[in-house]
Amino acid sequence: MNPSHEARPLYRYVLRLGDLALVLGQRLSEWVGHAPALEEDLGLANIALDLVGQARLLLAYAGEIEGRGRGEDEIAFLREQGEYLNPTLAEQPNGDFAETIVRQVLLDAFQLALYERLTSSRDERLAAVAEKAVKETRYHLRYSAGWLVRLGDGTTESRARAQRALERLWPYTVELFEADALDREMVEHGIAPPLEDVRSAWNRHIDEVLVEATLDRPADRPFTWFGKRGEHSEHLGYLLAEMQYLQRAYPGARW
Amino acid sequence: MVGSVGRLRQSRGGSVYTQALDVHGDSTVPLDEAERERRFQTRVDREEKVEPKDWMPARYRATLIRQISQHAHSEIVGMLPEGNWITRAPTLLRKSILIAKVQDEGGHGAYLYSAAETLGVSRDQLIDQLLCGKAKYSSIFNYPTPTWADVGAIGWLVDGAAIMNQIPLCRCSYGPYARAMVRICREESFHQRQGFDIMMKLCAGTPEQKRMAQEALDRWWWPALMMFGPPDAASTHSTDSQRWKIKRFSNDELRQKFVDFTVPQAKFLGLTVPDPELRWNEALGRHEFGAIDWNEFERVLKGNGPCNRERLQARRRAHAEGAWVREAAMAHAEKLRRRAASCAA
Amino acid sequence: MPAESNDRDVHAEREWPLYEIFIRPRGGLDHKHVGSLHACDARMAIEHARDLYTRREEGVSIWAVPSVSITASDPEDAEALFEPARDKIYRHPTFYDIPPEVKTL
Repeated sequence: MNPSHEARPLYRYVLRLGDLALVLGQRLSEWVGHAPALEEDLGLANIALDLVGQARLLLAYAGEIEGRGRGEDEIAFLREQGEYLNPTLAEQPNGDFAETIVRQVLLDAFQLALYERLTSSRDERLAAVAEKAVKETRYHLRYSAGWLVRLGDGTTESRARAQRALERLWPYTVELFEADALDREMVEHGIAPPLEDVRSAWNRHIDEVLVEATLDRPADRPFTWFGKRGEHSEHLGYLLAEMQYLQRAYPGARW
Repeated sequence: MVGSVGRLRQSRGGSVYTQALDVHGDSTVPLDEAERERRFQTRVDREEKVEPKDWMPARYRATLIRQISQHAHSEIVGMLPEGNWITRAPTLLRKSILIAKVQDEGGHGAYLYSAAETLGVSRDQLIDQLLCGKAKYSSIFNYPTPTWADVGAIGWLVDGAAIMNQIPLCRCSYGPYARAMVRICREESFHQRQGFDIMMKLCAGTPEQKRMAQEALDRWWWPALMMFGPPDAASTHSTDSQRWKIKRFSNDELRQKFVDFTVPQAKFLGLTVPDPELRWNEALGRHEFGAIDWNEFERVLKGNGPCNRERLQARRRAHAEGAWVREAAMAHAEKLRRRAASCAA
Repeated sequence: MPAESNDRDVHAEREWPLYEIFIRPRGGLDHKHVGSLHACDARMAIEHARDLYTRREEGVSIWAVPSVSITASDPEDAEALFEPARDKIYRHPTFYDIPPEVKTL
């Protein structure tokens, strides 16, 4: 690969993956100490830890591709909002446990379908990260899908909450599979799988879980934001303000 | 007879108080209480472990339930002051370490509730006692963590003090508690090290960072010393606990050891311990230190510390808001059981 | 659902059942009891056990058993159950003084 010609798009593609892990991990870590049961504090913390770990690997790689000497922390903590390329779904607030679990299932299934196919990427680093991440993500989906089934097929209250959460978050799934120029370029170079393939796998996982959870699959609706292009909802600003605080308040300090 | 066996046999048909181990066997001719206590004490003196379902004096059981559950509550509440900084951790590595640490603390709470349950109480009962303010937990967690340096200070001092208390407990006479403590101690040394590591980086950093570290030490030093409990002369629970090998060293002994270990560490960091009377006594081979403000200790213990209300409120909220989730899980499990039963039918 | 007929009517919520957890630390070793936890169903028990007891790679296999399913011997019977074995030392290989010339025994 010719770095100067292809570095910029690859950099942005890796950021999409890394920022998804970073932002979703940040959201989940907000639950620690406040989960519905002690065991769920541990379960959610476990997923958050895995995601932060994925973010570290991916953002460090992004920094190398960029070639300006920025490490994982500079990239994680010192970008402007518009430079974060996570899908908008990841930055949605935790809400209640149902919203958190619905968001998690939708993104776990996405990551699983994506990582499974990235293991055969022409980019060796991405393939290696995917190899490791795929095992973690399988467990994440098992956990989140297990909970979606308990909530959907639990009490009338839990099913109502789960269905409501599904309706609210479903529109954000459109963005995951809408291929843009960057996606197409990555497919052309054998780096990323075609999003139609990812979508088919995702649909299989989601339909299976929804049936078992006795939940209705919402109708697709048009969608506004494209976090993966840096166009975010209002929520990311607050998340970043909190996350970046120490690095911004003490510029250049080491921790 | 109000004893373990009587209560356990009531628990058939539901997951009520206990581990509900189904005890088999004929009841032998009952010995009198005094003879049983004597035999029990002999076993303890011989360093034999007491296990669930063994006969034990009612006060031994009650003391252990109180101590183990207080310890468990402390771990759970302890997740909050540090959990406070997870979303604001200054690097991804620090964020990972902090999540792992707080996760460990939750895990410790789980191991300890588990050990307490072998004595004939249920976790739900214990949690109710915590949430309605009846049960105690370590007062140290009623102090705020206003800066990142407090996260370091907690790891260094609070976990450091906890380790000092906990290592002797690995040899406690009650098997499940001793085994839980072995597991916990293995994990705890990571906790202290990461705290000290945070402090080292701060003390080697900018003037603002150094000041942050010093101010955290100023805030946490005395509360850490209070973690060892009231002075031996004033301590109410000690003699039985020591006789039964639940408590193996006195409060003052452990506190002294902690000071002797920690003062050189503070010196290494270039920090000043906030005690003008602190000095090394060459003749006695230990540090002398100033008087602890036991009024503050009492105040915080009674619920008037800076964060007592917030901590309990946070736990109550999590518990209340999670009720529909726990119910859903139970309802779902019930559905699975009924479906399995009707398939088998 | 049947009402709880005990002095815990303070809350209507039913507690998640208790499970005992056994972990096989490495292939070739037995499962060892490591403690207990609360879970609603078997699948959750395995996941909770994994998150609680194998964070530091301490296991390759997990058994989760509802605590009510475990039958324990009564400590009162310990003498009758276990002491007779103590003086049958001929069950232990070290009881036998085999001359060193005899190999493979």
